[in-house]
Amino acid sequence: MATLREIRQRIRGIKSTQQITRAMKMVSAAKMRRAQERMFNARPYAGKIKELVEHLVLSSEGVQLPLLQERPVRRLSLIVITADRGLCGSFNSNIIKKALGEFKVHKEMEISLLCIGRKGFDFFRKRNYTIARNYVNIFNALEVSHANDIAGYAIEQFTGDKTDAVRIIYNQFKSVAQQALVVEDLLPLKIHPPEAPVSAEEYRRSIDYLYEPSKETLLKALLPRHIRMQIWRALLESEASEQAARMMAMENATANASELIEALTLEFNKARQASITKEILEIVGGAEALKKASA
Amino acid sequence: MAEKHLKIELATPNSKQSIEPALSCSAPGVVGRFQILPNHTAFISELAVGEIKIVLPEKTRYFATSGGFLEVVDNKVLLLLETAEPAESIDVARANQARERASERLHGKGASLDVPRAEAALARALNRLKVAERASP
Repeated sequence: MATLREIRQRIRGIKSTQQITRAMKMVSAAKMRRAQERMFNARPYAGKIKELVEHLVLSSEGVQLPLLQERPVRRLSLIVITADRGLCGSFNSNIIKKALGEFKVHKEMEISLLCIGRKGFDFFRKRNYTIARNYVNIFNALEVSHANDIAGYAIEQFTGDKTDAVRIIYNQFKSVAQQALVVEDLLPLKIHPPEAPVSAEEYRRSIDYLYEPSKETLLKALLPRHIRMQIWRALLESEASEQAARMMAMENATANASELIEALTLEFNKARQASITKEILEIVGGAEALKKASA
Repeated sequence: MAEKHLKIELATPNSKQSIEPALSCSAPGVVGRFQILPNHTAFISELAVGEIKIVLPEKTRYFATSGGFLEVVDNKVLLLLETAEPAESIDVARANQARERASERLHGKGASLDVPRAEAALARALNRLKVAERASP
């Protein structure tokens, strides 16, 4: 059995770890709230841009634009969004697993990677995957310009006929306790008519708009913005998810530490009790022996 | 029924705000500046770098934008802007610095100079300075 001092030391150690995990939880909670707010702020803009794009594409039949061009996919670009830091449960490993899955499923394709976030970048670099581009440490100060940069590169690759499709893998923010792993096709842009058109939507579509300049010029300007917003949204979702995942992980760690401390305290008390009992027995035994000797 | 007011929604990648009731809104279209008055027909336009002016019953508000889109339906004006800075919160010192940097780059004429980009930066800086003047009475 461990000595009293050893147990006391362990308890002290676990307590200080618990303090750290608790502090990390608080920090993530604050960061998550901020990220969530940015996400909500970005939504109206992203949503409206999407509506406009859909409206324009669907109302101008048979438009031929480079970003809409579908061709047989031989080369695939994968945008993999992980976090820059760890200690957030299975957040990063799930993304990486999914990305590896894509490699397995599409053996015949030539896949190039775009790693966003240090964790994914480190993983793939160590295993000698070709990484076309990486963005590391951007989550500390995430700006729209990052999304624009990534989108610019993806668009350039696609229109320059260096890749046939661009896909993005990231964690979507469902709720504080839940993140959903999603794989989305970014390019070529596929616009489907809504299956069950909302009445307001339908109404909008029936409006006869004036366009300035032409529809096609508008679309040309809108599409890259749409792509940028998709990436921006994915970055924000991933950031919020990361913080939520870390918050949950740290909460669990704090709870586990409490459990450990409880168990160790019990052990400590038992050990203390045992040593007290032992001492009493020794004293009683000694007294008995003395009594016998004097009798 | 002829409506007398416009409802204006201003959205950027980082924010969203509603401004109403407005009497008119003018914006820098890529083919020329235009004004939206109540009961305007449905309209979609691309916007260039410039100044957005929103006339409210009490006052007039100005925003500097670096481009975006505008849609009008049913007296609702939707402004989708890359950036939108209210005239009163433009940092004049920063805009001045940006202007100087951009013009230096243009005059420096380095071999690797990205002329369109420098010109766009200069246009944005000049626009910010111009709009900022609206704030000081």
